[in-house]
Amino acid sequence: MATSPAAPKTAELGSGIRQDDSIPLTIIQARGAKWDIRWRELWQYRELIYFLTWRDIKVRYKQTALGVAWAVIQPLFIALTLSLFLGKLAKVPSGGMPYPVLAYSGMVLWQLFSHALTESSNSLVGNERLITKVYFPRLVIPLSAVLGGLVDFVIAFIVLIPFLAFYRIAPTVRVLALPLFALLAALVALGAGIWLAALNVKYRDVRYTVGFLVQLWFLATPVAYPASVVPQRWQAWYGLNPMVGVVEGFRWALLGVGRAPGHLLVGTIIVIVVVLGSGLYYFRRMEASFADVI
Amino acid sequence: MNDVVIHCQGISKRYRLEQRQQYTTLRDSLTHAVRAPFRRLRKAFGPGAADGSQNPEFLWALKDLSCEIRQGEVLGIIGRNGAGKSTLLKILSRITEPTEGRAEIRGRTGALLEVGTGFHPELTGRENIYLNGAILGMAKREIERRFDAIVEFSECGRFLDMPVKHYSSGMYMRLAFAVAAHLETEILFVDEVLAVGDAAFQKKCLGKISDAAHQGRTVLFISHNLLAVESLCSRAMCLHEGKIVLEGQPRQVTSRYLQNWIPASSEVIYKDMASAPGNEMIRLRRACVRPLNGSAGDQITVRTPFVVEFEYWKLVAHATLELGVNVYDEHGTLLFSTWWPTDQPVPAGLLRSWFVVPGDLLNTGTHRIHLGLHVAEPAEPISLEDLLVFDVLDADDLRGMYHGVWPGAVRPNLQWTTEQIEAPTGLATTGDRTFP
Repeated sequence: MATSPAAPKTAELGSGIRQDDSIPLTIIQARGAKWDIRWRELWQYRELIYFLTWRDIKVRYKQTALGVAWAVIQPLFIALTLSLFLGKLAKVPSGGMPYPVLAYSGMVLWQLFSHALTESSNSLVGNERLITKVYFPRLVIPLSAVLGGLVDFVIAFIVLIPFLAFYRIAPTVRVLALPLFALLAALVALGAGIWLAALNVKYRDVRYTVGFLVQLWFLATPVAYPASVVPQRWQAWYGLNPMVGVVEGFRWALLGVGRAPGHLLVGTIIVIVVVLGSGLYYFRRMEASFADVI
Repeated sequence: MNDVVIHCQGISKRYRLEQRQQYTTLRDSLTHAVRAPFRRLRKAFGPGAADGSQNPEFLWALKDLSCEIRQGEVLGIIGRNGAGKSTLLKILSRITEPTEGRAEIRGRTGALLEVGTGFHPELTGRENIYLNGAILGMAKREIERRFDAIVEFSECGRFLDMPVKHYSSGMYMRLAFAVAAHLETEILFVDEVLAVGDAAFQKKCLGKISDAAHQGRTVLFISHNLLAVESLCSRAMCLHEGKIVLEGQPRQVTSRYLQNWIPASSEVIYKDMASAPGNEMIRLRRACVRPLNGSAGDQITVRTPFVVEFEYWKLVAHATLELGVNVYDEHGTLLFSTWWPTDQPVPAGLLRSWFVVPGDLLNTGTHRIHLGLHVAEPAEPISLEDLLVFDVLDADDLRGMYHGVWPGAVRPNLQWTTEQIEAPTGLATTGDRTFP
């Protein structure tokens, strides 16, 4: 319905708008709930995604004494605390690797996920002025919130390298799969994030729910413990949490320990597709009312 | 030649009345969920979720509006607050969708509904130019190309690498407008952006809009400033309750708007408390403008001191109260603003508040009074636009020999003094150097 090619048709419509393919024609009308993500338009707004991501990163570390170091300090200190209390004192098994390596490698990926999820959930409400004053595909906002998390991830990951060297763990060719797992973690966060962001526009409860959800999710994901401690008969249910496959796969690619993420990964990807697909659908459906309700 | 660039056909927009302030918190949600869990879920995810069709409390912000705008036109849209002007612009700029109807727009559009949308206080001026430009829809290359022009226009060159939170509000506005002014789309939607900044800056902004018009671009311009509409626009349109009620030559539209849509009302009385403007904490009973020694309806001239008074029921004790009044002239210029805040709680009951405007202050013409009422901090303030409308007449004794239109927004009767500083050389000075 975007362009009507023939001139006579325009005359029929009685719109009187001149047909000229060099000038874009915009049609505005009530849109029903349609399965239309409008990827092309999203692509046209890629510079805005870039600028909003850049803004989030810039603003996050302005007027902080330690700056970007925070991206490392947070996962590192949580990992060290976990190592002391869970690894050393509670003697939680570490699945054949030093516990600090288990904890820090898990935390680096977890930090990406939890940051991306929290930021994207609150992103629409946090950009209320933009939504009520300017048009752009609203998906730009949660997308750039997730992308902002990836930058912190890269920084925290760089610190992981001397960490591994200290424990004399040499990389294998499997590290080539690392970006895939980081991407999957970001997609899980995006899928859940756009659901929560769209709900948050109408129900501010989401703001309280997110922190709580992230904590529960943390406990249900093998970050502070190896997935092998979960009994075999629970593994199928456990695998419904897509972050299980992602974290396990990440450690497998990085450290060469644990199982190769075969069938577990298939299940993970199915869950991701369901969450992300339904999230996109709900988001697009609610998008039209964001400016009125927010 | 047919050069229509915007074509609206039967555009309507329905809002749910409480939609804007609906702000569900955890507690509300839990109590509601306990009371009616399924209804709540159906409301959130069901078919009526997006348009609120299950709630009968609707407001039609626009009703079956059709219009055509040609290329190069500068269309001024006037009307009271709530007439649907902003909604129309929001629909055309695709921020919100119409409930019914269809519009076609030929060309790239840019919306300036607010100056400095997306400006971040922590970022520097330079960074904000890029960010704001991208938000307004400019490509990075475009911003780079116009960067120097933007900086020059903003007059903020020296502070470019300073976070804008340290800017004065004038600098902030100048920078924000500078970015917006360099948005070179074929069609521009502008909403009241000019209401900010000092006179020189406003002039610059108006100039930029008329530049856009001279370049053959199409501009839709919403304003309360009727003078700006008259001087800038090639056509004007007046909205009232979501419909176009007047359309044509700007000067004709503005003058008929003043005559027909803002009838003079120097006194309003609300007999029924339940339907009077206000909320559960405060209800207005009466508002009036009268000469200091007269009653409502008596003539007010440029010399007459007059009283603006309000009577209201304050229904809660132990709450602070704040009254604010804006006085506008017939061009929509805000002449002055006055408010009365209380730190101490005011007793409940039927109260009267008033103030006296001295004579020799206002110029002739129709003046409008907006009242703001605010009880207790968390509640939303109540804003009553054009609550009182009154005419200020001329007083013959002040004019001297002059019979034309007295220019200026206000007309104080000022005492002039002339004195001789130095006598021409060679002439004797007189004793008294001051002339009465």
